[in-house]
Amino acid sequence: MEIVNVAVLPEVTSAGVVIKAIIILAIISAIAGFGTYVERKILAFMQRRLGPMHVGPYGLLQIAADGIKLFTKEDIVPQNANKLIFKIAPSITAATAFIALAAVPIFPDFTIPEWIPLLGGTFVPSIAADINVGVLFILGMMAAGLYGPLLAGMAQANKWGIIGSARTAIQFLSYEVVTGLSILAPIMLVGSLSLVDFNAYQSGGFLSWMMWQQPVAFILFLIAGFAETNRTPFDLLEHEAEIVSGYATEYSGMRWGMFFIGEYANMITVSVLAAVIFMGGYNDLGFIAGWFIVVLKIAFIFFLMLWVRASWPHIRPDQLMWFCWKVLMPIAVVNVVITGFMMMV
Amino acid sequence: MSLEQFKNRNIGQQNYKMIESEHTPDTGMGRFGRVVKRTFKGELFVGLYVTMREMINALFRGEMHTIKYPFEKLPISPRYRAIHDMLRLLESGHYRCIGCGLCEKICISNCIKMDTRYDEEQRKEVSEYTINFGRCIFCGYCAEVCPELAIVHGGRYENASEQRAGFSLFEDMLTPIDALKEQKEFDGFGAVTPNADNAIKKTPLAY
Repeated sequence: MEIVNVAVLPEVTSAGVVIKAIIILAIISAIAGFGTYVERKILAFMQRRLGPMHVGPYGLLQIAADGIKLFTKEDIVPQNANKLIFKIAPSITAATAFIALAAVPIFPDFTIPEWIPLLGGTFVPSIAADINVGVLFILGMMAAGLYGPLLAGMAQANKWGIIGSARTAIQFLSYEVVTGLSILAPIMLVGSLSLVDFNAYQSGGFLSWMMWQQPVAFILFLIAGFAETNRTPFDLLEHEAEIVSGYATEYSGMRWGMFFIGEYANMITVSVLAAVIFMGGYNDLGFIAGWFIVVLKIAFIFFLMLWVRASWPHIRPDQLMWFCWKVLMPIAVVNVVITGFMMMV
Repeated sequence: MSLEQFKNRNIGQQNYKMIESEHTPDTGMGRFGRVVKRTFKGELFVGLYVTMREMINALFRGEMHTIKYPFEKLPISPRYRAIHDMLRLLESGHYRCIGCGLCEKICISNCIKMDTRYDEEQRKEVSEYTINFGRCIFCGYCAEVCPELAIVHGGRYENASEQRAGFSLFEDMLTPIDALKEQKEFDGFGAVTPNADNAIKKTPLAY
């Protein structure tokens, strides 16, 4: 196995970690809000519409209008709902989405220039918490996020919600296996669970990207990622045509908004994971700076999710289970076995 | 054109494409084969291509469908019967209505109300003219019967108002005197739309 070149890094101070955490929270929550605008705009373009146009130039301030609407809307708790769980559930979705991002490296390491007062010279690491079980932690957190829809659907005393949470359970049981198995083969190659090591493994330019060595795992991970974030081919949870709004039927105002932010934060997490694990991460590509190329990669995966939503139809829950257990899981297992043989030979 | 096509009188049916729905396989191997065939057919990518093509067409080739309605309006057909207009004589600027009362008489929903009197030159003068748009069914008889082409149907279809009298007085419907040059003559109910030449299609004559 390739020995990862460990450069002598400056000491990671708590100030740097706090700055990184603020960057993650501020930027990702802003992007998650902005993502709603991007999604509406791109879906509109693909249907030859204009999308939001009236709030601000080209509708750019639409998030502000939506935010005001969400904050000032009446917060309804249904009469027969289990009130405590009903109130907690949205924060589970939003919180786990952000906790998962703690172990995701987004931008390269950098040091704040000396001329900036107070913070000058602080070393900001690429990752807020470089824990040794990185990938497992992220997947576990995203899986724990599924408790949000599950509990929300069961607590709200609504039959659509019950169906929504039942679908959450089957979806969760189906794709989580595929996510884990598909990511196992790259983990075997890298020999580490830390995403920083994944990034270092692919530092040899375009051809060293993991997606060339593990194309099957890449495709499987993308498919499972769509299911993980409840994106379109697999958005059984709230499937408006069938079950009104699924687990979110009885939610309104900011509680509903937290589900929304959690969903978009999850989309960003999956985009970052795909970019870091399979697409070369934040290494410099030729003369292009790493922080810029990683933004491009994340944006591409995010766009892919919107593109697929505009193009493809939903599938039924039974089709999802069939697909995950009978097609994707065997392929993932075979992929892991072949990878293992290739490593031993 | 061959004689066979020439004799085919089912105009409009030749272009239908019959979809051959294949038989559902009975054996497990057959079903597996179907899954493999469908998986590698690449139809999903055709879907992705279509949406991307539409997006590029909309953004860069000016095929966006949205009309920003209150700011942009589509032209309406001259046959459309919207709120009435009262036209003026182009020479003198005087209103065309001679107060004959035919429109009041023919109105089947009894919504036109007019009063006339003789002015100092012993000409009929319209002293009061209102159309109750709460009752008007926009049948167009008034415009059809008018001998002077004085009352016609205009193009104002946005007739929501706080007051029923909002646009139903004679002065509201009359062409403003300073807009006399822009006054358009009424083409009549048989008139074709301005872009009719583009919309016209060849009638198939093959029978």
